[in-house]
Amino acid sequence: MTVAQGIFYLIAALAVAGGLGVVLARNTVYAALFLILALLAVAGIYILLASEFLALVQVLIYAGAITVLLLFALMLTRVGDLEETMVGAQWPLAVVASILLVGLLITTIATSDWPGDADGMITRIPFETLGEALFRQWAVPFEIASLVLLIALVGAIVLARDEEGDVEEAE
Amino acid sequence: MLALTYDVGNIWLDALLGLLAIVALMTVSTFMLIWLERKIAARIQMRLGPMRTGPYGLLQTIADALKLIGKEDLRPKTADRWVFELAPFAVFVPTFTAFVAIPFTRDWAIAFLDLGLFYVIAVTGLSFVGFLMAGWASDNKYALLGGMRAAAQLISYEVPMVVTLVAVAMVAGSLNLSEIVLFQGRVPLFVWQPLGFFIFIVAALAELERQPFDIPTAESEVVGGPFIEYSGIRWSMFFLASYTGLMIYSLLGAVVFLGGWEWPLGTEAGLWLQLLLIFFKTSLFIAFFMWVRFSLVRLRIDQLMSYCWKVLIPLAFLQVLLNGFVLVYGWPDGMLLVTSGAGLALAMYIIYRAVDTEPRELRMVPARGGGSSVQPATADATGFE
Repeated sequence: MTVAQGIFYLIAALAVAGGLGVVLARNTVYAALFLILALLAVAGIYILLASEFLALVQVLIYAGAITVLLLFALMLTRVGDLEETMVGAQWPLAVVASILLVGLLITTIATSDWPGDADGMITRIPFETLGEALFRQWAVPFEIASLVLLIALVGAIVLARDEEGDVEEAE
Repeated sequence: MLALTYDVGNIWLDALLGLLAIVALMTVSTFMLIWLERKIAARIQMRLGPMRTGPYGLLQTIADALKLIGKEDLRPKTADRWVFELAPFAVFVPTFTAFVAIPFTRDWAIAFLDLGLFYVIAVTGLSFVGFLMAGWASDNKYALLGGMRAAAQLISYEVPMVVTLVAVAMVAGSLNLSEIVLFQGRVPLFVWQPLGFFIFIVAALAELERQPFDIPTAESEVVGGPFIEYSGIRWSMFFLASYTGLMIYSLLGAVVFLGGWEWPLGTEAGLWLQLLLIFFKTSLFIAFFMWVRFSLVRLRIDQLMSYCWKVLIPLAFLQVLLNGFVLVYGWPDGMLLVTSGAGLALAMYIIYRAVDTEPRELRMVPARGGGSSVQPATADATGFE
């Protein structure tokens, strides 16, 4: 086993542990913190795959910005709000469905004919190429995506404002 | 520091030596900075500051550190054990790892990263998790409020910070910190982009939670914020992380805006001169941050937020736009200086107008469910509107 493999297994174990923590933790704040661990571990895997840019974006946006929303929402609500577990009557069905899904995903990944990198060599793509592709070749879809996000942002603010107005009227 | 110049051969040994170098640098600089801050505070307030322990009180910080280590590591009974105890590390580790990418001289850095600038931003942006953890786990309403304030402030001010640094990276054509320094060459960037420089300083002050932006830890509002329940070694870890952050942002500012280790006007500098220059430029930032700390009063949280979102972010985008003109239409640097300077003047005018505004009536929303509405007081409303 090479050093890189050892590091990979370590990071993968961290990611899996984080993922399990998200699902199994009773306390929702713990779950959110485990989510940060899982996301950071995935960033580590990106570094192993020589995609530093992707790794840093993962750290900055997923671990550093998205989770803050979750934490804000969770920490400002009472921990006891969530009833013990969310295990319902259909849990055996859920288990079967998840196992089937995992099996399907693993067989698909294992049997697919992946182009390019399947020989174990990593092709390093400099982030300049990435930028060129994003802002030259795919500039229009990129702009559309930003516009959609902006509209969502403005929409959320408008909706929140409306509710505030209702409260005032009710009084 | 040998590991930085010298190829040790073994990659693990190299990493270990780099790590040791960071730890040593961090500890020594924190000790020095605390002493310096107390001395500067004393100077500004016409006192002497620490004088008793060692010559000019130089050993005062060491005495304080010994006291802190000896203190009992308290934890409130109702606190969440794991989150409470891990929170200092979640603040400490990100600032610690940011050191890795910063080049001190042309050949000295723990690692020269192609995405160095982005790395520093991404890694330091993680420290909010620790503040939230500390605030939530302490089971104390002031701590929680402080933690929330810290997270909101860090996330908000990260936006103008990132946008100005993007503006710099645009003209430099690289995210590699060494290449940004080399790009600056004869004239450092703050000359050509005064607006970006100003936004960087303000955003760095806010990211560091130093006065006038020390709202998350405001003694008179939230009694120390997220750190309220911490003592002893864990509290000192927060303290250490705070001063390391000061060091990181000062180094980053020196590298990105003041031309790092380069001698201005383009003379080739030797190794010792390079070290001296980066030390001097970093010290300029640190001294400025400390000077501001003892000169300005704390802002209110709504002022802080509206200043960020309504003033700094649009101006940061203005700087990006100007740099875009430089890149696309090949504007000369002088043109950039004039336009960016005009932007800076605009920023100053906005601040002046906000400070100068007469106190005006603030519309107070009646407390929810309460019968009697709050009397509209003549509070000084935020002027950033």
